[in-house]
Amino acid sequence: MRYFVVIDEKDNVATAVRDAEKGEIIETNLKQKILLLEPIPKGHKVAIRDIRANEPVIKYGEVICLARHDIKAGEHVHVHNIIDILVEQVEARKKG
Amino acid sequence: MKFNGYVRENGKVGIRNHVLVMSSVGCANTVVEKISAQTGANPITHQQGCLQLGVDQELTKKTLIGAGNNPNIGAVLIVGLGCETVQPTLLAEHIKGKRVEYITIQECGGTTKAVEKGVAIVREMQKELEKQKREPVDISHLIIGLKCGGSDTFSGLTANPVLGYVSDRLVDLGGTVILSETPGFFGGDRYLRERIVTEEGRKKFDEILNTMWQESSRLGETLADGELSPGNIKGGLTTLIEKSLGGIKKGGSRPIQGVLDFADEITGKGLWIMDTPGFDIITISGQTAGGAQMILFTTGRGSPVGCTLSPVIKVCSNSKTYEWMNEDMDINAGKIIDEGLPISEVGEELLMKMIEVANGEPTKSELAGHKEFALARVGSTL
Repeated sequence: MRYFVVIDEKDNVATAVRDAEKGEIIETNLKQKILLLEPIPKGHKVAIRDIRANEPVIKYGEVICLARHDIKAGEHVHVHNIIDILVEQVEARKKG
Repeated sequence: MKFNGYVRENGKVGIRNHVLVMSSVGCANTVVEKISAQTGANPITHQQGCLQLGVDQELTKKTLIGAGNNPNIGAVLIVGLGCETVQPTLLAEHIKGKRVEYITIQECGGTTKAVEKGVAIVREMQKELEKQKREPVDISHLIIGLKCGGSDTFSGLTANPVLGYVSDRLVDLGGTVILSETPGFFGGDRYLRERIVTEEGRKKFDEILNTMWQESSRLGETLADGELSPGNIKGGLTTLIEKSLGGIKKGGSRPIQGVLDFADEITGKGLWIMDTPGFDIITISGQTAGGAQMILFTTGRGSPVGCTLSPVIKVCSNSKTYEWMNEDMDINAGKIIDEGLPISEVGEELLMKMIEVANGEPTKSELAGHKEFALARVGSTL
């Protein structure tokens, strides 16, 4: 057994520590059980709660990005369905 | 919570009682190595100490003086050549509250005589230090440096958050924690900046990031340009913020009291940032020259690194490396994945380990004989 990792109790994503298939019920280190709606590759994140559009994606207890549209618990959270909030900040530094 | 340490004249507390034998210039390195080999004294050798100018020379002096002042050091022998820029006397006069001696190879009459004289001085110092006894002190006397090196996919998931948990615990217990590695701040810098409690500290934080940014540009590279590499994205990292948090979460979540320069003396309590490069042995040298008595070091691929001034506790991110390089690993954070444990459980295990190490139990890197130390540079040798 290898448990998906949730770092902080505030987090709404867990990180896969092995490749996992659609339809699997995975368990996290905090003993939450999640039905995977999509395959989750090792190192990638899965939503452990429903996240609405524009709501923060939280890992390490911090906002790492925003949801681009509604994400269901069990769905893959990655570059395809998020908004990167850092880009503007970096552009400013380059000009600056 | 208490541990047994060596209480120094200035009120600081050592968790080791080493004699340090240190080169003031690279020309003295072989003599230092020979003295260390014959006596077991902890060495510092380096490539600098001559024909360095201005701030670069000052940085070398500050770091070597800081090393001598580390509370884990009970006595210091400085070995010079005699004609170098960084004269042993310049170092010796700033190392306080302990016996400090210096010799030069030119005055001793060559290598062999310098080694003989140095060995005699060190043996005498070691006899004196044997008389000193540990006494119980509060855990708030601990100053801990944080570092990750040889990281892997799991470092940011297990080992680094474990350090974050312990950082918060130690800060709450009144101790001091030093977060470093400025290049790793890019991306997560907004989360660090908003936790700095003074305007002066925030200004200093902006300065160290800008300096690092400009230096990387000068060398023809751009640090953290806001985009993850295709490899990062394939590996599951979604934003640069997430990548940076994987490292800076070693510093936990408490307010940041201020920002120190490399090897600045650490005098405050709570969580602090020290500006250091990312290179492992330079980072821990800056932290320990600032007074850290212990380093917490996470690794995933496996690093054997230790430090000549302070014990290094190795926290491994995964069980495979923990088993494979067991002689170099102290704590297995891979259990979080294999056994399904909360971060806090391994965090408490690490805290107990820290007390044992503070009481004198050797770490794996001490048992393996690691005594690394390296100077940072800000200029060229002329």
